[in-house]
Amino acid sequence: MTNRVLYDAPGPKTLRTERIVSAIMFVALLAGLALLLKSGADRGIFDDRWRVLYDPPKSQTAVDVWKSLLVHGLGMTLKAALIAAPSAFVLAFIFAIARNSKNRIVSWVSVAIIEFLRGMPVLLMMFFGLLALRLDSFSAVVFGLTLYNAAIMAEILRAGLLALPRGQAEAGTAIGLTTWENLRIIQFPQVITLMLPSLISQFIVLLKDSSLGFIVGYNELLTTMKDNYSFFGDTSRLPLFIAVVSIYLIVSISLSRLAVWVEKKLANRHA
Amino acid sequence: MDAVISELPKFLSGFQMTLILAVTSGVLSLILGIILAAMRVAPFSSLRGFATIYVETVRNTPLTLVFVFFVFVLPTLGIILPLGKVPAIIALTVYTSAFICEAVRSGINSVGIGQAEAARAIGLRTSQTLSLVIIPQAVRTVIPPIINVLIALTKNTSVAAGFTVVELTSTGRRLSLNHPDQVIPILLGVAAFYLLITIPAGLIAGAVERKVVFAR
Repeated sequence: MTNRVLYDAPGPKTLRTERIVSAIMFVALLAGLALLLKSGADRGIFDDRWRVLYDPPKSQTAVDVWKSLLVHGLGMTLKAALIAAPSAFVLAFIFAIARNSKNRIVSWVSVAIIEFLRGMPVLLMMFFGLLALRLDSFSAVVFGLTLYNAAIMAEILRAGLLALPRGQAEAGTAIGLTTWENLRIIQFPQVITLMLPSLISQFIVLLKDSSLGFIVGYNELLTTMKDNYSFFGDTSRLPLFIAVVSIYLIVSISLSRLAVWVEKKLANRHA
Repeated sequence: MDAVISELPKFLSGFQMTLILAVTSGVLSLILGIILAAMRVAPFSSLRGFATIYVETVRNTPLTLVFVFFVFVLPTLGIILPLGKVPAIIALTVYTSAFICEAVRSGINSVGIGQAEAARAIGLRTSQTLSLVIIPQAVRTVIPPIINVLIALTKNTSVAAGFTVVELTSTGRRLSLNHPDQVIPILLGVAAFYLLITIPAGLIAGAVERKVVFAR
């Protein structure tokens, strides 16, 4: 909703006031930022600590640092996410089919499992894999991510099934398809395209959650950052932190853009 | 099973810490989130820009990384927070407020534009339009997504386990290491405590949602 509805159309005077107030607030924000930077400068954030990113000490090269962050760190993060996401998707399908089953007990059990998994922290599931199933830290991360996201994706698929026009399933039944064929041939192909944006968003959540590997002892991006600042000393923490935040922002904002683009594409196709 | 029963006091104190984290950062992020949402719909572009940058940055950063900032990075700038729940509450608040902001904003946006136009057409002033027409409708649509954000917050408090806070998940890990033969019942016990919060909250959100849909 635009704010314009709430007020009479602003005249030149109001527009000018708005602009002036906006400018004042901008200056205030800028002043706040400057104060923050000033106090940071007093604490030495502008000294040579940033060199770790382009000309690191201890006979390392910038290539070494960035290679460890991007190739090793991000690589391990993506590895966990890219194994967990398809596994979660397959499991979500099984949950969704079980939930749709005509057998009351099967569908009830499926609902119970989904609710159980959805109500729990991912980290707890990772610990479960690590301590109860005695998995190594990588498998524990994948285990936690897979189970949790399977439950969420199952809910996404269910929402998609509910959103499909009922005539689709009815037409399938009318031409003599079984429940399973109906799901496989008629419903799921439509649900997946319909729900693709939500599935991409969920993949972003999964990617972010893989950072919990930091706590479980999996050597992903955050752990690589920690290894780096343990090596280069405490002053390198801020630059390395900023570098890692930027990597996450670039990866996940690109993925969100992709989700929006897909959503628009789909909306145009249906129009 | 006996480990769960004999160690029940530890479970309860862990649960208490989880509740403290969830409630404190829940209240704080509601306040901050609503302020941010107000900034995002304000007629001043500089405020909108600031709030947008904040929300987009935080939403695309993993919570673990936010914790790392307050626990490991800030001290190197000479700002030393007391170890334990203070940095955890700050990190959770910073993170959750961005999601509250989005929930509130989409709630406000979900009120049809025709509602505001109609209110203006019958001669209500801006303040009346907001207080009599928009906000009462927005509040109802906003409650279910806000409950969902708070459920996510409750689960997210577990991240504090990696940063020296002894809450439920951390209690579960410690007890598992002390009783290696009873890991499964211990962790299921921890899970039960989380479900104690998340399932009822989820049911409330669902019930409110159905009520709102019915009212439309």
